[in-house]
Amino acid sequence: MSSDSEKSVTDTQSEEKSTPAEKPAPKPVAKKPEEKPVELPAFEKGISDKIVEKFGDKVEVAFVKEDRVRINVSRENILDVAEFIRDGLNFDHVESVTGIDFPQDKEIEVVYHIGSYSDSSLARQILVLATRAQREENPIPGHDSTKLPTLRNIFYSVEFHEREIFEMLGVYFDGHPDNRRLLLPEDWADLPPLRKDFVLKGR
Amino acid sequence: MNEIMPGLALQKVDERIMTLNVGPQHPGSGHMRLIVQIDGDYIVACDPDPGYVHRGEEKMAEYRNYILNIPHLERPVIHDSCNVLYPYVLGVEEILGIEVPERAKYVRVIASELNRCIYIMYWLAIYGIFLGHSTMFMWPAGDRELLIDLMEKMTGARVTHAHFIPGGVRNDLPPNFEDVCLRHVNYFEKRIKEYSAVFYDNPILIARTKDTGVLSRQDAIRLGTTGSVLRASGVDYDLRKKEPYDVYDELDVHTNVMKEGDSYARSKIPWLDMLESCNIIRQALQKMPKSGSVRVKLKPNPKGKGLTSVYKRVESGRGSLGCYVVSDGKPEPYRLKLSVPSFRNLIALPYLLKGEKLGNMPSVYWSLNYWPVEADR
Repeated sequence: MSSDSEKSVTDTQSEEKSTPAEKPAPKPVAKKPEEKPVELPAFEKGISDKIVEKFGDKVEVAFVKEDRVRINVSRENILDVAEFIRDGLNFDHVESVTGIDFPQDKEIEVVYHIGSYSDSSLARQILVLATRAQREENPIPGHDSTKLPTLRNIFYSVEFHEREIFEMLGVYFDGHPDNRRLLLPEDWADLPPLRKDFVLKGR
Repeated sequence: MNEIMPGLALQKVDERIMTLNVGPQHPGSGHMRLIVQIDGDYIVACDPDPGYVHRGEEKMAEYRNYILNIPHLERPVIHDSCNVLYPYVLGVEEILGIEVPERAKYVRVIASELNRCIYIMYWLAIYGIFLGHSTMFMWPAGDRELLIDLMEKMTGARVTHAHFIPGGVRNDLPPNFEDVCLRHVNYFEKRIKEYSAVFYDNPILIARTKDTGVLSRQDAIRLGTTGSVLRASGVDYDLRKKEPYDVYDELDVHTNVMKEGDSYARSKIPWLDMLESCNIIRQALQKMPKSGSVRVKLKPNPKGKGLTSVYKRVESGRGSLGCYVVSDGKPEPYRLKLSVPSFRNLIALPYLLKGEKLGNMPSVYWSLNYWPVEADR
């Protein structure tokens, strides 16, 4: 038992030491080789092709997997792309909105998982729409440059999800009708807790 | 920072309208506060204020490795703990590239269907007491024990099982489990069929829930609701059928749909789901391989390769439950997001309560199949 735990401790330590060197460019390295050799699923490829056909260079197709298509888009174009996804591709609701902090890139990524109830051919599909907001070192939530346009007027279902991202990561959604706290206490005055520089005590 | 923060701005209220705080300790709200504005007996606006049981599951998950995350991630809904873990386990399996043995898949399906029934029975018991129907509290609370005993036999724990692990399930079934399970499930089915006479055909329940809190099909889709709320509004959507995971594609799953969209339909769909679960368990017991391994051996600190992300979802007792795992090649997830059905259904609450009588609030609120602890995570 004790030897096991020692082993795992040394494992994690060596991991931590080696990762900073790998960190700068893991993303393009990991994704490109995956796409080329594997034959892409046809239906999912059709969805991503329609978006690329409409927007060209403004969107980047991150991956096309079975039932999942991921589109990266800049914050200037996200409203147009989201509107096309709703009106042109029949996706009708957002299942999940996730904020991910990337301190080394000075960016916060917001990922929308969009699904469809009304079109039965899309029942299995999740369209992943990702965008990135600028990240400030000393955040003043709502009053700094960490802002994104809201998708609430396009997908009504993001309302509470975006409120959660606002309090947990400090991303202010411009044009959201109800930019208030949701889960955190009203007098929370620390960093937004899901940022990486908010460290749990004792860990 | 002296400036008032956006979350602290006070709302102006009309002189005619009274603001009422329901919760957070009121038994009719359950760890959450509803700020209700009423005009006489009618609700003008409702502002749900969750967060009283926020435990930071997502933050905690970033500090623990994929195996250590298992016991704490099931805490949001301990009655439905297998289904809460299910999408996480599926996601981690994809990140680590693990193939699950056939028998383990069937064991998982049986465990998750049993858990669905256990959750719905608890929910139904509370629904009964919300409407002042004490029999409907006692019966489900008692009959639930049958299945809890079964889960105890299977996993060793009564509610928090921590049974699903990446690569299968923790333990194989005990000897003779199939027979005991079949016997309990058959009795359970016979028992819950009796509920229709005492509860669902009861004129008092019908008077209190029919045509209250009606959610139309279009609105159910637009608001992004899920599970029983969605299916009660006439949308035929069940992930067990639409996006079958594990062995659900080999089983015959029937989706229960009702068109009314009122509180009555929303309270009946979970009960129909339990009957369907009994069918699925019987099928799974029949088709399950009689022997074989139920788990793959894992390395001490399993980790993925590079920056990858995976989004998996399953049909839980309340609806579609998604888990988004982002891995950066370390033994801990870089970010873990639980997209829970309770949180997704919460958006329908202010919408449904507008214009409703205050007395109908408990029946509408609990018919949303809402679990406060899960919504807060």
